[in-house]
Amino acid sequence: MPMQPASTEIASRTAAIIEELKDLEGPLLPILHGIQEEFGHVPQAALPVIADGLNLSRAEVHGVVTFYHDFRAQPAGRHVLKLCQAEACQSMGSDAVAAKVKQLLGIDFHETTRDGSVTLEPVYCLGLCACSPSAMLDGEVIGRLDDEKIEEIVAEVRP
Amino acid sequence: MIPRIYIPADSGALALGAEKVARAIEKELRERGVEAKIVRNGSRGAYFLEPMVEVATAEGRVAYGPVKPSDVKSLFDSGFLKGGHHKRWLGAPDKIPFLAKQTRLTFARCGVIEPLSLDSYKSHGGLRGLQNAVAMAPADIVSQVTESGLRGRGGAGFPTGIKWKTVLDTTSERKYIVCNADEGDSATFADRMIMEGDPFVLIEGMAIAGIATGATKGFVYIRSEYPHAVATMNKAVAIARKAGVLGVNVLGSPNAFDMEIRVGAGAYVCGEETSLLNSLEGKRGVVRAKPPLPAIQGLFGKPTVINNVISLASVPIIMDKGAVYYKDFGMGRSRGTIPIQIAGNVKHGGLFETAFGLTLGEIVDEIGGGTASGRPVKAVQVGGPLGAYFPRALFDTPFDYEAFAAKDGLIGHAGITVFDDSADMMKQARFAMEFCAIESCGKCTPCRLGSTRGMEVLDKVAAGIEAEKNLALVTDLCNTMKFGSLCALGGFTPYPVMSSITHFPEDFKPAPARVAAE
Repeated sequence: MPMQPASTEIASRTAAIIEELKDLEGPLLPILHGIQEEFGHVPQAALPVIADGLNLSRAEVHGVVTFYHDFRAQPAGRHVLKLCQAEACQSMGSDAVAAKVKQLLGIDFHETTRDGSVTLEPVYCLGLCACSPSAMLDGEVIGRLDDEKIEEIVAEVRP
Repeated sequence: MIPRIYIPADSGALALGAEKVARAIEKELRERGVEAKIVRNGSRGAYFLEPMVEVATAEGRVAYGPVKPSDVKSLFDSGFLKGGHHKRWLGAPDKIPFLAKQTRLTFARCGVIEPLSLDSYKSHGGLRGLQNAVAMAPADIVSQVTESGLRGRGGAGFPTGIKWKTVLDTTSERKYIVCNADEGDSATFADRMIMEGDPFVLIEGMAIAGIATGATKGFVYIRSEYPHAVATMNKAVAIARKAGVLGVNVLGSPNAFDMEIRVGAGAYVCGEETSLLNSLEGKRGVVRAKPPLPAIQGLFGKPTVINNVISLASVPIIMDKGAVYYKDFGMGRSRGTIPIQIAGNVKHGGLFETAFGLTLGEIVDEIGGGTASGRPVKAVQVGGPLGAYFPRALFDTPFDYEAFAAKDGLIGHAGITVFDDSADMMKQARFAMEFCAIESCGKCTPCRLGSTRGMEVLDKVAAGIEAEKNLALVTDLCNTMKFGSLCALGGFTPYPVMSSITHFPEDFKPAPARVAAE
């Protein structure tokens, strides 16, 4: 697993992000995105700094962070693989795709392989519904998944 | 003249390998020492032909598709830069039947122009609507939009002009235009296509909305699952600002309007307008009770126009060609065109913009060409995860807001998902409840608890435990969710559930085999 920065370092890097974005109207989501981009997740140690910076209670910040699926409490694996599980992909066999990927990686959704190589997540629609079943690997979109493409993906994330 | 090669950078085309094709073409150009300009356009929406590469020739554009990287060498050998014949040759793109049969108003430029070139946008009719608008009184712009009959393309179908009038008539020192680009419904990708393929049309539509209502600030709230759309929109806004399309003097007029792109964080419910406003304010994306309407007290408590991407992107053509031109398309109270998104298990999937009024059967069988698997069509879900499943027996339903409502369905954001006969409708009904449980914001009880209870009761039906009694319970629960929920998430989840039960009762019969198998 990647080394986690010390909480004082988290606080100072968080404060810099807040400083840059706090004049936006409704700055909390952009700040949280900035923090997740910086650390790969939203560390607990960042929350009191945000609360202070935006004059919110820590409970309010906690409430917002935990509401949204995107914000992680823990760092993800080196790769993040999202498999679309929404209706259009279901109609093209996304269940079977998910089962195969889970079996090949040896993990379930919302889990990370023990070597920290990949985190697997379901996603409800990537807007690639005429190219189903679809996936997103580290922000890159992949359509019409078949056995060959699945094996390519698995080989890429677990060399 | 240096030849121009168009290779889409639309997410759908990228998902099918457009980037690899682009690299193979670049390499081939280098190796052959041929000079050509590669343009990364949007998609025309015929995804069964993507990646679709086009070349500009003296006789107009010639398309080839679907192109694989392994086709590239032979394309050059066949002289494709001059439109030469090849097994992937499709001819003039606008003569391809799937595209030729469409009426493209909102998507006229998508896939045609260079998305981030303002000159390319202007040379294809862009900014004419805004030019007309800056010379008009706000009330006249609003009445043009009202007269056009444009209704909210996000799904609710509320008349856009009436929403704008409420904001115009509400006095405030600050007003907002918010564009809902949280396109979370499965089977929909029209918003994504426009933002990636013709971003300036959305910016133009929002600027017109600002001038019409007295709002000076706009936000586009884009879902985080659309990183390419976010990147394109950010660049387009910067270009528009530099060119004076946005800023303190829009197109040199005394009107001020500027905008920002904001990114969601993976919550489906934020596609609901009031929860989107809370999210923009930096709060939990919890639904607000209405009234007050967002038009009166919206973002930060100020009067706010909140419209879907396609509603706003349809405004420029209305302001360019007039309300009557737009209104002449369509049927009944559904005026203009609608970008139908044909998705799922379908042979010819993609975006099909047309006037309202085609029947569901024409869309699925004739335009979509039936299933991709070649098996019979069993069900079609219209309107995303909150839309009803339609059986073949209802394929004569015309695509129109009221006609779908009359059949206990909705057209929503006009996405349709085709399922073949291997679909298990009990599983689909259960998924609808499960999805609602995952995505519920938690504010109201029917949605928060009803969805989980619905899942449990459907599991009992599946296990053959007092099936009839439990189905009656699901029906009763759906009734409570439909009438007792604050927003469409809890309120419309009953559509896919009840339509499955009503139209496909055979899938809900106790199945001893199913139990035995487990």
